[in-house]
Amino acid sequence: MSPLLTVENLKVHYPTRTGGVDAVRGVTFTLGRERLAIVGESGSGKSQTGRAIMGLTPPQARISADRLEFSGIDLLKATPRQRRSLRGGRIAMVLQDPKYSLNPVMPIGRQIVETLVTHSPVGAAEAKRRALDMLAAVQIRDPERVYGLYPHEVSGGMGQRVMIAMMLIVGPELLIADEPTSALDVTVQLEVLDILDRLVRERGMGLIFVSHDLRLVSSFCDRVLVMYAGRIVEELASGDLSLARHPYTRGLIDCIPKIGENRHPLPVLDRRPEWAA
Amino acid sequence: MKPVLSVENLHVRYDDYRALDEVSVTVGQGESFGLVGESGSGKSTLLRAVAGLAPVREGTIHVDGQSLKGSRRPRSFYRKVQMVFQDPYGSLHPRQTVDRLLLEPLAIHDIANAEPRIRRALDEVGLGPSFRFRYPHQMSGGQRQRVAIARALIVEPEILLLDEPTSALDASVQAEVLNLLEQVRRERRLTFVMVSHDLGVVTHICERMVTMRHGKIVEALTSEELTAGAVKAAYTRELLAASKGFVRAN
Repeated sequence: MSPLLTVENLKVHYPTRTGGVDAVRGVTFTLGRERLAIVGESGSGKSQTGRAIMGLTPPQARISADRLEFSGIDLLKATPRQRRSLRGGRIAMVLQDPKYSLNPVMPIGRQIVETLVTHSPVGAAEAKRRALDMLAAVQIRDPERVYGLYPHEVSGGMGQRVMIAMMLIVGPELLIADEPTSALDVTVQLEVLDILDRLVRERGMGLIFVSHDLRLVSSFCDRVLVMYAGRIVEELASGDLSLARHPYTRGLIDCIPKIGENRHPLPVLDRRPEWAA
Repeated sequence: MKPVLSVENLHVRYDDYRALDEVSVTVGQGESFGLVGESGSGKSTLLRAVAGLAPVREGTIHVDGQSLKGSRRPRSFYRKVQMVFQDPYGSLHPRQTVDRLLLEPLAIHDIANAEPRIRRALDEVGLGPSFRFRYPHQMSGGQRQRVAIARALIVEPEILLLDEPTSALDASVQAEVLNLLEQVRRERRLTFVMVSHDLGVVTHICERMVTMRHGKIVEALTSEELTAGAVKAAYTRELLAASKGFVRAN
């Protein structure tokens, strides 16, 4: 079976006055219908990787890759029109904070309907019905009421469910979730993950889960890619954090305070220049 | 243990919204005390109420034997109590150098010998003298948080109020800042009151804590009790379960 997404030697370069920043420096992976996590700290290039696949890199950046293919479509050669129809249609993205990623001046229901009618030919009544169904699918108790609310009238957890509903309503094949639960409380975080998990499983989507939280993703995803300074330094099977070999990954796991451990002071990460080489 | 900070029957309201509802806590001298809960639980409001940054309707706050009502604080209060905020990007003046940022509290409190104090403060938080004339945008998040800690410590307070001091930082930087906080607490015999949503961080730093929800205290417990799972309230148990990560429902 050919993979859903093939990324080979992806590079993202931002030109600056002093020469430029290499945000992503040769990332290679393939994705099937599975849950893949990309983990790293700020500046590791994890979000830039997700954005390059989605086609959301700002125009001044230079993207290059030996291959960047989504179900047979060469994303680097695709026309802007093709990219637009993929974006939000077959490839969808959930962003970190619903406060900033939902339109503040449009009711929630209308935003969901807007996504749906942009990508599929449905009538107004049908679109509304499907939006309500989708809100119910992300476990919003009173979809009719929430449909008419503005984003500022709902909590962060509910806003994030709305965002997921909006992204999944067109039935994408690939979902890129960029820190989808980092802005949420721990208890709400798990509810949202649970919904995401169920929908991804039921619909057989591919999921790229971008996060800084190594422990969270290893409990959630099938595979984990660890990024450092624009490169993948290690790939781990889920739940195998204890088998991590790269000193960066090990350091990252070690420096998190855990309940029931008594380590004073905490071990800190001793960054070595050769990791970034 | 001699109490250094106690809060009695505190009520904070924003219009009709009860942000804090009859909250009482006591923190002993040299202790490290945690406030845990979800957003909107009132944990940050409690910290801000102590610092005089939230409208206190009712109740009394005792600091070092001094009784405080309402939200006005005498200047001498801030020599004893200082605060470190969550977001190091928002809590430092963007157009002031580190030198200027550290000079301000000294000027406010008429503290002499600014020069050696600023040098010592930077040294204490592990920033070299080269950072002294930098602007906040020329530093990383962790370095900024070190400056914020230096600014709080420079007036030699007894109590440090910490509002999610590491939640905006990367895990590796969080470890460094937590180590720094523990080190200064030990060296200066400080009292900490720390807000966090991360039970791992709270049990690491604090000996005792309360969990809060909807502006009320749900449960008071020690770190050992939490570690051993000896929690009574259902909500605390929920928080504890959530901190263990995702469990796939089948």
